[in-house]
Amino acid sequence: MRFSFFLKEAMRSVNRNAIPSFAAVASVVVTVLVLGVFIPVVQATTGAANEVRGRVLVDVFLKTDATKSDVARVKTLLTDKTGHVGKVVFVSKEQAYQQEKKRNPEAYQLLGSNPLPDTFRVTPDKADNALKLRDELAPVSASGSRSNIDPAIEKVENRKDQTGKILTATRVVKLAMFLLASLLVIASILLISNTIRLSLFSRRREVEVMKLVGATDWFIRWPFVIEGVVLGALGGVVAILLLLVGKIALIDPLASDFALIAAPETISFTLLVSLLFAASVGVSGLGAGLSLRRFLRV
Amino acid sequence: MAISERHARNLDRTRARPDQQVPNVIEFRDVTKRFDSGDTGLENATFSIQRGEFVFLVGHTGSGKSTIMRLLIKEHEPTSGTIRVAGHDLSALDRKKVPYYRRNLGIVFQDFKLLPNRTVHDNVAYALQVTGGTRKDIRAKVPDILRLTGLSTKLHNFPDQLSGGEQQRVAVARAFVNHPPLLIADEPTGNLDPETSIGIMQLLYRINRTGTTVLVATHDHAMVDRMRRRVIELSGGKVIRDELTGAYREGEVSTGEFGALMRGEPAPAPRRLPDPGDLFDDAF
Repeated sequence: MRFSFFLKEAMRSVNRNAIPSFAAVASVVVTVLVLGVFIPVVQATTGAANEVRGRVLVDVFLKTDATKSDVARVKTLLTDKTGHVGKVVFVSKEQAYQQEKKRNPEAYQLLGSNPLPDTFRVTPDKADNALKLRDELAPVSASGSRSNIDPAIEKVENRKDQTGKILTATRVVKLAMFLLASLLVIASILLISNTIRLSLFSRRREVEVMKLVGATDWFIRWPFVIEGVVLGALGGVVAILLLLVGKIALIDPLASDFALIAAPETISFTLLVSLLFAASVGVSGLGAGLSLRRFLRV
Repeated sequence: MAISERHARNLDRTRARPDQQVPNVIEFRDVTKRFDSGDTGLENATFSIQRGEFVFLVGHTGSGKSTIMRLLIKEHEPTSGTIRVAGHDLSALDRKKVPYYRRNLGIVFQDFKLLPNRTVHDNVAYALQVTGGTRKDIRAKVPDILRLTGLSTKLHNFPDQLSGGEQQRVAVARAFVNHPPLLIADEPTGNLDPETSIGIMQLLYRINRTGTTVLVATHDHAMVDRMRRRVIELSGGKVIRDELTGAYREGEVSTGEFGALMRGEPAPAPRRLPDPGDLFDDAF
């Protein structure tokens, strides 16, 4: 009886306040649409930045005369005794020669013999740790020159300038995306709460009368909360339908051509949609209940 | 023993020892209200109103009539002094309990304060729904009270489709549908023409005769002079006059008009009235 009464009250007020209700639904639609587009975009961009960071490597070149036992020793050294190591790939002299020959056949024709050393390509556990890993493998001595931790190592290299640039660029991209996303979320919350407040403000006299008749705060509040939930759900559904249309019409045909759109790290559509729906319902209902507080002090 | 005799005896008993027997419905003791702006709303006001009385609060605009009303519905707190309603100190009333307290009051305002989105019927029914009244309850009481106030034909109209007098009748019906022990009206005829005002006052008088204590703030001279009820006059926040059968201004002569006005009214049904403290038990 109680709930059906509140529900009836909420529906009555949706009907009788058509224009504010429409404004509330419209603001939810716009917000959910914008978020629904930007969340995957932010994720894809961040994913791309992370992928670039994944390519940061530390090359450990062995001496050209390194024996098989030297190779084995350095390998255990890298895998077991060094920190920040993610993945170790061994590239032997011959493999390196084949690769380089393919890339630059004339030069290697001239060269005749194989000048390349055995190499370990070490991927750090995190891209940001690339420089630390290098310091560990070739500590800087007091005089400023580097000495390698194993005599069989000729040189430890991480294409320094490149690594630094990649790290900075991707960090900026990630930060910008994070800022953009936070701004969007803040803007959405402000937009919705403002709409709610406006619609409540036009009905503050009604609330005042209810209080004078002896209605408890929650007796007044429930219909408003239910109304918020109903309007939020309505707006959420409309926006989600629009997103679905956009996905089917625009994104899906392009997905096969652009890796960015199909990036595996992006959120699945179902999850995205349910999150947005829950958020629009939650924010509207909660917003209505909280905004009412001001008017209940009669 | 005839029921009317018992009623008379009850009344005698309360008259004999009013203070110990039955607490006053309203009691203001040295109440002062100063607003944050520095204005004084009420200054050392002391008066009491007994059960079943019909009292006019008169005075110029800003004399403190509305302040008394606001204090009574606990919209404001007094700066000092105590207000007792049915023997209970209002300052001891928790904020959360204010809604339950207000259900014991019928409140009528100058601007009617009806819910614009509801029909006449639903406006009155809301007062019952608030208290958890069932559908059966509403079906039984609302048409009754609307018949009493002469609104049976306007059941499904919205407030903006009614005249001022009709809207005020709805407000009175809403105030009285719970049969509150105390009904307070702040300028109930302030927005109405004299003819309509009489109708509203008759309604309030009829309600008063069912045993409800009625307190009316007004500056309607003619009405006060005609009705010859108790008058409490305020000026600058102070009580300057308290007469049992007063006129709007001191020294005016009774015209006896009100008697003629009320001649058509049925005699009050004699019945035993409960202690106002019992009537107010919801909140305390």
